[in-house]
Amino acid sequence: MHEYSIVASLIDRVQHEATVHGGSRVHRLHVKIGELSGVEVDLLKTAFDTFRERTICAGAELAIDTVSPAWACPSCDRSLAAGAILRCDDCGRPARMVQGDEIILERIEMEAPDV
Amino acid sequence: MCETCGCGDPEIVPIEVQERILSDNDAQAAHNRSHFHGLGVLAINLMGSPGAGKTAVLEATSRAAAGCLKLGAVSGDLATERDADRLNAAGIVSSTITTGSACHLDARLVHHALHHFPSNDRDIFFIENVGNLVCPAIYDLGQAANVVTLSVTEGEDKPLKYPVMFQKADLVLLTKVDLIPHLDFDVAAVEDALARVMPEAEMLKVSAKTGEGIDAWLQWLTERRPAEVERPPEGHGHHHPEHSHEQPHEHH
Ligand SMILES: Nc1nc2c(ncn2[C@@H]2O[C@H](COP(=O)(O)OP(=O)(O)OP(=O)(O)O)[C@@H](O)[C@H]2O)c(=O)[nH]1
Ligand SMILES: [Mg+2]
Ligand SMILES: [Zn+2]
Ligand SMILES: [Zn+2]
Repeated sequence: MHEYSIVASLIDRVQHEATVHGGSRVHRLHVKIGELSGVEVDLLKTAFDTFRERTICAGAELAIDTVSPAWACPSCDRSLAAGAILRCDDCGRPARMVQGDEIILERIEMEAPDV
Repeated sequence: MCETCGCGDPEIVPIEVQERILSDNDAQAAHNRSHFHGLGVLAINLMGSPGAGKTAVLEATSRAAAGCLKLGAVSGDLATERDADRLNAAGIVSSTITTGSACHLDARLVHHALHHFPSNDRDIFFIENVGNLVCPAIYDLGQAANVVTLSVTEGEDKPLKYPVMFQKADLVLLTKVDLIPHLDFDVAAVEDALARVMPEAEMLKVSAKTGEGIDAWLQWLTERRPAEVERPPEGHGHHHPEHSHEQPHEHH
């Protein structure tokens, strides 16, 4: 389950930001997870709940914003329906993913006097 | 949020990050990529289900490339060294990355293996990932291309069920095609499924057992080799003085 290693990277990153900003308690993390990122949101929550204790994230909430996938033609910008052949009917060009593979830490809400 | 009312609650501030959670892995992968670039080697991340035929394809590749290309490989293995032993026996300089319970390789593990690898003069370096159709796709290792093996016994619907893996693939190797006469496998159906998850769907049909399609696969690899070590299409194995393989690589 790679969700555990993603949570480990996430907590490391939060710890780093807390050190930089002199932060103490973390209240909430906002992450953005694409439906085609390969990360299962439920597993990510479980992994976070397990790993956050005894870290800077103890007691913190994980707010997950999921992003549905979208594809478009790089030439004419036409969007493609989910499940369609990933090639533009008009231009014949391979589609480009516009969104849906995000694994992003957006924002940390923490108690920090140095900001 | 309590700001200036003086109630004694600590102030909560938002800190904008907006970065990939795996940015550390991305940085390590970029470092690996510069190693591969410096060595003039084509690095391939070979992924697929357990038993899809990754090691067998590499064994067949070695047979077909004998005397033409110097092949190297690292194999991600949960507990054993079986794959590296098989590859060494097949003439591919190989080592094992023991992953323990991890379901995927990451850039740090590959970097470590790279620094302990017995040979610096390989033409193609295969990274045989842990058998798994989900996790390995998430981690950039510094490879030039992702190749996914899909065996005909797994079913035509796998690209639709595991879109993340196939979407990241530069090439799909449909393996064990010698078994097709014994199965109800529909090649057109798997091609259709791939076209719905892989924008530039490309698939080669291969059999490690009969050698079918292995030449086309070798051709695909040869076309992707870095320009500075490009050789005539028929390929040959001797050393060129302009190759920089022998030089120690930079590292920091
Ligand atoms: N008929 C047939 N069998 C094959 C072929 N390639 C592999 N096999 C069989 O498939 C099984 C698994 O092959 P491996 O090469 O070990 O597969 P793998 O993907 O490396 O497996 P892991 O590394 O354990 O995930 C073996 O029993 C092989 O003999 C093929 O082209 N034809
Ligand atoms: Mg293997
Ligand atoms: Zn178009
Ligand atoms: Zn290095």
